[in-house]
Amino acid sequence: MNSYREIISNGLWGNNQALVALLGLCPLLAVSNTAINGLGLGLATTLVLLLSNTSVSLIRHVVRPEVRLPVFVLVIASFVTAVELSMKAYFFDLYKILGIFIPLIVTNCAIIGRAEAFASKNNPAKAAVDGLAIGIGFTLVLFVLGASRELIGQGTLLSQAHLMFGEAARDWTIQIEGFKGALLAILPPGAFLGLGSIIALKNVIDHWQQKQAAKEPVIEAAPQESPG
Amino acid sequence: MAYKNILASGLILGFFGILGALLVSGTESQTRDIIIHNERMALLNQLYELVPQSEIDNDFLQHPLTLNAAEFLGIDDTQAYIGTQQGELAAIVFEATIPNGYAGPILMLVAVDGKGTLKGVRIVSHSETPGLGDKIELERSDWVLGFNGKSLTNPVEPQWKVKKDGGLFDQFTGATITPRAIVNSVRKALLYFNQEHQEIFKRYLKKSLEEAPKETPKKADVGADIEANIETRT
Repeated sequence: MNSYREIISNGLWGNNQALVALLGLCPLLAVSNTAINGLGLGLATTLVLLLSNTSVSLIRHVVRPEVRLPVFVLVIASFVTAVELSMKAYFFDLYKILGIFIPLIVTNCAIIGRAEAFASKNNPAKAAVDGLAIGIGFTLVLFVLGASRELIGQGTLLSQAHLMFGEAARDWTIQIEGFKGALLAILPPGAFLGLGSIIALKNVIDHWQQKQAAKEPVIEAAPQESPG
Repeated sequence: MAYKNILASGLILGFFGILGALLVSGTESQTRDIIIHNERMALLNQLYELVPQSEIDNDFLQHPLTLNAAEFLGIDDTQAYIGTQQGELAAIVFEATIPNGYAGPILMLVAVDGKGTLKGVRIVSHSETPGLGDKIELERSDWVLGFNGKSLTNPVEPQWKVKKDGGLFDQFTGATITPRAIVNSVRKALLYFNQEHQEIFKRYLKKSLEEAPKETPKKADVGADIEANIETRT
């Protein structure tokens, strides 16, 4: 868990908070009904993770162990509120959709989890990279899950992209002609089924990689799955 | 020794509490005006979508009225925005709530012109089933435009129903409850307009006279007003 390379690959894949640690399920399942919603919440979460990890790491020698968790919570909650206000000011339309989920970032266990498990034990640069990698890993899952639910559920992709990328993005929407969509994918059960499928897919890939690695005569460290 | 530790911990916690509060209040004061502006514009855009800006010559948001007409508009304490043209009533946009949607309350705007004809209806918020009941959103289907130009005499009373009940308005395949509730509520809003529009207009004129001296209120005042509106809407 020391080189930047490892930190990044862990955040994106090996210890992906949504697929391996299964943290942050509340926002993950609730907001992933379209690709853009997923992307929006993912980016907001990433920003909070980056800020909270960096600052937790900066203050790690100052904070006494007895009060460390309340202090982390304070730091995270302040950043989330600041991000929420900024979003309301600069991405108002997106805020209207994601609004009620932004405060929920505070309750995303992935954030306090990273603060406690990584940022409080590492230097700020590494903590920042970890926050970024974990955040992007989380965003990717949100985006992929959102995109597949949107595609299967309503037959579109990237609808309402203009809420995030401005008017020019209005034409980005891809519509499958004549496909009305399978409603199930948009409804809450669809979120569970979708997440389950993505986790299964990841496990299949991991197994395959392990097999490949076992076959190779020159054995490098197999991608490790560290527990969350 | 133990006391010293507790004290130190407390001080650290307090220090970060202050730091957090500073961060939040700093951001708040940086973004406050922009947020107020955004909320005002969002509401105004919605109103102008129903009643084009060219058809009124006052400011919709300057003197909103609070109505207590739960019988007609679903709940008490709703806002109404009045548009005038050369001193005459040009349009009233009612906020109406449908308490009995399929999945919780539905909030909508009903715009009626001076003669009691519908300028349009827009759904502001709802939690109807995605893919079925959510066709009431203009973004998903044109259904809600079917109200444009309708009034209490067009169609006449027995036709103010969904087709399934022998009326004029479409329902959706697999979702009748939502359209039925909306048709019913729009009609109630029209009835209310019929009964009360002169009274409402009088109240508006009185209010605008009373508030005339501070015709250009401070930004913060307008903001507080808007925020109150937004709060009642959500």
